[in-house]
Amino acid sequence: MPRLNMVEGLNLALDQAMAQDDRVLVMGEDVARTGGVFRVTAGLLDKYGEERVIDTPLSEAGIVGAAIGMALYGLLPVVEIQFDTFVYPAFEQIVVHAARYAWRTRGEVPASIVIRIPFGGGVRAPELHSDSPEALFVHVPGLKVVCPTTPALARDLLLAAISHPDPVIFMEPKRIYRTGRDEVPEKAPLLLPEADGEATQLLSRARVARPGEDLVMFSYGSTVVSCCEAAQKLQDERGVSARVVDLVSLYPLDVESITGAASECGRAIVVHEAPRTAGLGAEVSSLIHERVMLDLEAPVGRVTGFDVPFPQFANEDDYIPSIDRIAAGAVKVLDF
Amino acid sequence: MEEPLRIIGDGVGQPDWAPPVELTEKDLVAMYRSLVILRTFDERAVSLQRQGRLGTYALYWGEEATHAGPLHACNDSDWLFPTYRQNSIGVLRGVKAATILAWWRGYGGAHGFYQVREHRVAPICVPIATHLPHAVGLSWAAKKRGDGICALTWLGDGATSEGDFHEAMNFASVYKTPTVLFCVNNQWAISTHVSRQTATPTLVEKCVAYAMPGLRVDGFDVLACWKATKEALDRARAGDGPTFIEAVCYRIGAHGTADDPRLYRDEAESERYRALEPLGRYRAYLQRLGALDDDQASDIHDEAKALIAAAVAEMEALDFPGVEILFDYVYASGRPDPLTEGLDELRSIERRPEVKPLGPQPGASPGDADPLPEGA
Ligand SMILES: Cc1ncc(C[n+]2csc(CCOP(=O)(O)OP(=O)(O)O)c2C)c(N)n1
Ligand SMILES: [Mg+2]
Repeated sequence: MPRLNMVEGLNLALDQAMAQDDRVLVMGEDVARTGGVFRVTAGLLDKYGEERVIDTPLSEAGIVGAAIGMALYGLLPVVEIQFDTFVYPAFEQIVVHAARYAWRTRGEVPASIVIRIPFGGGVRAPELHSDSPEALFVHVPGLKVVCPTTPALARDLLLAAISHPDPVIFMEPKRIYRTGRDEVPEKAPLLLPEADGEATQLLSRARVARPGEDLVMFSYGSTVVSCCEAAQKLQDERGVSARVVDLVSLYPLDVESITGAASECGRAIVVHEAPRTAGLGAEVSSLIHERVMLDLEAPVGRVTGFDVPFPQFANEDDYIPSIDRIAAGAVKVLDF
Repeated sequence: MEEPLRIIGDGVGQPDWAPPVELTEKDLVAMYRSLVILRTFDERAVSLQRQGRLGTYALYWGEEATHAGPLHACNDSDWLFPTYRQNSIGVLRGVKAATILAWWRGYGGAHGFYQVREHRVAPICVPIATHLPHAVGLSWAAKKRGDGICALTWLGDGATSEGDFHEAMNFASVYKTPTVLFCVNNQWAISTHVSRQTATPTLVEKCVAYAMPGLRVDGFDVLACWKATKEALDRARAGDGPTFIEAVCYRIGAHGTADDPRLYRDEAESERYRALEPLGRYRAYLQRLGALDDDQASDIHDEAKALIAAAVAEMEALDFPGVEILFDYVYASGRPDPLTEGLDELRSIERRPEVKPLGPQPGASPGDADPLPEGA
């Protein structure tokens, strides 16, 4: 079994999807010749040629809009947005059109596209290369939003997203693109094109990233890794057993796993890098309070980015929830 | 395709033309000084990045004429709207070079953001083409007030593909705003060649659809860049509206310090263009004119070196930005409660050691230890 990092896992998914189904194509800025600024699409041009691996003009609205048109014709485009912040020029195409095609055609033609977005900070990138815009998309009916945290999951989720009929916003936590390696079974978990059911399943399940029973931390993306470290710190310093649940699917949320874990542990925090107000933390927290409040020993806490623009990188470690901040947030809930 | 406007010969085949009559010898030397300052800044910034003292940096080696030429054509009261590529243009308007360097070092707040009204230089724009409508709006406002102030904005060849570019062009021409859109066609947008960016043989012909005058100049020729911009500004000030300028050159360096052009282009081509770079070419021209002697030139270089050395020292002496920097000025009206709570939370946590910008970044080998993006 090859040991891959997340970039390689994503690359494998694209390769496998393109090999299985000639409707799949990849496009975006600098994705063909260089294989993308993060190299996720490396090698695909040589294998699949210019008709299927496309360096587009510098135009995010054009990229997403054209992908929608291709999907109407029956192709399965996977587009890359170069960095988080650069998805904003495509916002109207995503919100107005991609999200509503199924609805406006009564299910006849959903916009079956995947929009890959490397997101978040922690890589000392220049200004405006580190946003976490996922909540904006979670708020839009008609979009599925997912975020892998491990190389194997990245491969499986991307394949699922491609074979899924609804438009998928595929958030890639760039901070952990290359930080860990996983065994990724070469055999694809599902085959195009008849994998709808399986894909829907895969795209809507949370997973336990670390077992534990005294408190649960809900997170997604690169802060899952920080949560696991914070959980270890709590174990070492206080003998607390903290569970970490990786949400994976940001829309829809895996309600059963979330409420189940909250009930079992009785104490919970939600952790994300995006700003706090109206973020995923608010949604997860109110979901828990609405459904299993009586099982709780304390109100659900939040450890998040602040309600401020992502700072210049010298201060990014102040902004991104650190292990210490996560642990402190957990202690508050433990000591309630 | 018509040859772009050129004044400075290459000393080999291309002839010299006389400098524009409006320019005195002093002006010509001042322009040389600007080129030298820009070049010195850029080379120093690249070496600082290699030493791990700055983060990813977008170099502009070879494009200095497209910065200094247009700037010298402006009045001091005109506004500038730069991109990351013209990042140091503010230095020629009195912004501290240390501030721009600090921005690349990852510092925000007063360390890394300059005062825009004081210098009439908008913040450095990162998202492609998004600042162009601002330049149109500002100059439109100035026109409404009858102030005779123009806006000069830069964009790349790649930027002409964005919707904001076309919207800016249209507003500018509909309202005849006093705007100069100065497009640096360095032929590359990261790895994408201009021939894949647009099906038109030139960029200047985009302006036809907007009934806007357009000029095409040699982007390695500081006097040609000056002359085109001057013409555009004169027209704008006379009430005749915007102009689009295409300055044809070549991105001799990498897209940024994290980019490796060998992955996507033949570097022999880039080497051929290196011979046309604007600084040496202008110096030779001035010397042929007898407008610059060696002593004068070396004084200018020494002055620039000292200026930038002082800026580096100033940048390095800056206090590492505190946590307040996250919360200050997010709202001009002060901190709403969630921000105060956030600051309190952050202050209750022990701070970890200072963040250092990442050191040398291998462009060609994206190893596991290098999570850095290639884009700037
Ligand atoms: C909206 C947006 N999309 C993508 C990017 C990433 N990016 C940074 S520079 C660049 C290429 C720009 O090319 P060009 O306009 O020719 O300017 P140059 O870099 O050559 O000065 C790209 C795609 C960005 N900064 N903004
Ligand atoms: Mg360019």
